Amino acid sequence: MSEFDYASAPESKAIANIASNYGLFIGGKFVEPKQGKSFNTFNPATEELLSKIGYADKTDIDAAVKSARLAYTRVWSKMPAKERGKYLYRIARIMQERAREFAVVETLDNGKPIRESRDTDIPLAAAHFFYHAGWADKLEYAGFGNKPKPLGVVGQIIPWNFPLLMLAWKIAPALAAGNTVVLKPAETTPLTALLFAQVCQQAGVPEGVVNIVTGDGVTGAALVNHTDVNKIAFTGSTDVGKAIARSISATKKTATLELGGKAANLVFEDAAIDEAVEGIVNGIFFNQGHVCCAGSRLIVQENVADEILEKLKKRMSLIRVGDPMDKNTDLGAINSKEQLNKIHEISNSGDAEGANRWSPELKLPSKGYWYPPTIFTGVSQSHRIAREEIFGPVLSVLTFRTPGEAIEKANNSMYGLSAGIWSDKGAKILWAARQLKAGVIWSNTFNKFDPASPFGGYKESGWGREGGRHGLAGYLASEAKVSK
Amino acid sequence: MSRIDINKTYKLFIGGAFPRSESGRVYEVKGSDKKFLANPALASRKDLRDAVVAAKSAQAGWAGATAFNRGQILYRIAEIMQGRSEQFVEEISALEGVTSKVAKLQIEEAIDTWVWYSGWCDKLSSIAGSQNQVSGPFYNFTTPESLGVVAIFAESKPSLLGAVRTLAPVLAGGNSTVLIASEAYPLPAITLGEVLATSDIPAGVVNILTGKTSELYPWVGSHMEIDGVDVAGLSKKQEEELRLVGADNLKRIARFSAINHPERILSFMEQKTIWHPIGI
Repeated sequence: MSEFDYASAPESKAIANIASNYGLFIGGKFVEPKQGKSFNTFNPATEELLSKIGYADKTDIDAAVKSARLAYTRVWSKMPAKERGKYLYRIARIMQERAREFAVVETLDNGKPIRESRDTDIPLAAAHFFYHAGWADKLEYAGFGNKPKPLGVVGQIIPWNFPLLMLAWKIAPALAAGNTVVLKPAETTPLTALLFAQVCQQAGVPEGVVNIVTGDGVTGAALVNHTDVNKIAFTGSTDVGKAIARSISATKKTATLELGGKAANLVFEDAAIDEAVEGIVNGIFFNQGHVCCAGSRLIVQENVADEILEKLKKRMSLIRVGDPMDKNTDLGAINSKEQLNKIHEISNSGDAEGANRWSPELKLPSKGYWYPPTIFTGVSQSHRIAREEIFGPVLSVLTFRTPGEAIEKANNSMYGLSAGIWSDKGAKILWAARQLKAGVIWSNTFNKFDPASPFGGYKESGWGREGGRHGLAGYLASEAKVSK
Repeated sequence: MSRIDINKTYKLFIGGAFPRSESGRVYEVKGSDKKFLANPALASRKDLRDAVVAAKSAQAGWAGATAFNRGQILYRIAEIMQGRSEQFVEEISALEGVTSKVAKLQIEEAIDTWVWYSGWCDKLSSIAGSQNQVSGPFYNFTTPESLGVVAIFAESKPSLLGAVRTLAPVLAGGNSTVLIASEAYPLPAITLGEVLATSDIPAGVVNILTGKTSELYPWVGSHMEIDGVDVAGLSKKQEEELRLVGADNLKRIARFSAINHPERILSFMEQKTIWHPIGI
């Protein structure tokens, strides 16, 4: 250890209180799955077993949807909007009270640094409920007609990268708009959703308004295909999103889809270089790069590329990789072995296709799933690492000479979720922001999220927006559209 | 002997020109009295692809025009249509078998529809965009933007109004389009193309095909450069199949009730949110 190394500063696990096994949350109670099947959830940083989780099959999904329907028709749709909103406020407050517990459980189950779960995931999740609580009794002023109506029962499927935050993005607007929900958390990160079920109990949320069913892709498909679900909200891969679009093509169901991305992070020659380097690091290494909107394609102007790369490498050498429970950790564990294999597979194609790999020298822990922060230079647009979503801490670097070329390269993707612009010229930023085909543009910043800010993609990055006034549209009946 | 009329050859409208189908095919359209009216082109898959190429190349220019300018051009379409009313009366009466009076009402409503959507062009982002109050020192705003190339299957009846109320909102949002006219009542749509050709709308922004819906919709569904589809003129079954193949590039697909509504514009737009820090 050199004399300037950080001493470890571990967060205590004691607050977590994880049960040895969990059932499904249906009709306001934890119940055993009908077939009695279960699966395990692990800490990806240590490979230790955390808990046994109930596996929901078709019959359990049916029970959950029935309970959501009953709650919708008998209770939730009849309740004055003002009262509905109060439940959301209660949820927000309890989440804030139990924030540290949520953060610890999230980090243990997901592998993300405690600093991120504590400072980003959990506060933002609570803020999402607080924000949407206020919409519940103001929907008639939101611009969707004088008498906006909910859709009914919503099936929601979320990924493992921001487990509780994605739950909040889904459940808060759905409930605020007057729908009831059946939510399936990701197979590898079910714990905070089950903790959230306890929050619903503490908040006195009427039985059946929120149902949490745990399982895998088969469980999710059963939810998508259930005939009494009115709408599907999904965050995950573009392939699964397309499969969902196909599954519901002959039904009356609507969908919002938040799918993959391959965001361009454009750095112009007139950017504040040090800030841009910080932004590049935050853009790709935040949450181990397990971010659909990660700035995974750095597109930098040729005359500043050398300077940027030199500073970037120096900065990357300071990234602390390791124990996610250590408050000093910057880059935590990869969420699963499966995801680690995927990162290896696509990154290795970068070597094979002739790009140049660089990672800082560091020692990865012997147990758990880890991938070092990595950049590829000499990347061309046809390389797989420039086209496919890696969903890991791997950055592909391309260069450009003219602004027009920058835009062309940035837009050369089937995705269009987010993009970054670094420049000190206001007119240039607004020009570039207008040209970029992406739903979220971060200029001189990156990876910022807020309940009031709509999020969602162009092209094959999805359908619809989540958050803000715009996100409500996905949970209210359309005035002009005719569903099949 | 009375004078012999000069009958019009009804052709396609692609990239601002009026070509025949590359396939050389036509089909017979009869009036409500079963008498021959015209042999419009029977558009092929290749014609569709050509129309999409024209639409794609014209789109950025149309979306990049100022909203005020787009509004003026949509208004100009209404002006030109007003002057052509008589021609539309004849076509609609012959096709739909309605009286001149009823046909005239339809045309007037179509003209007013252009005027209504014309006015939306430079007001849409005020009602559908927002400045978002995020928790931090950031300026954050959301604004609607055009989707890209939108295909339209126009309703059969009312033949002219059906085409206009699908077309006008798509154009108001800055998209370019390929409109597939009603198979049974295609003539007013083609004449509409002649209106558009003289109304300052840039070539390629609107392309109009005539032909067999059943032949064209699978190609529309699978075309990767088509971003959205208004399925007004498709059956439920055809819509389902189009949704199935349209999932390959996640097309935005919609059917609307027979009303004018800003949601018709916004359904074929994307919302872009831009962040910038505030500070010195």
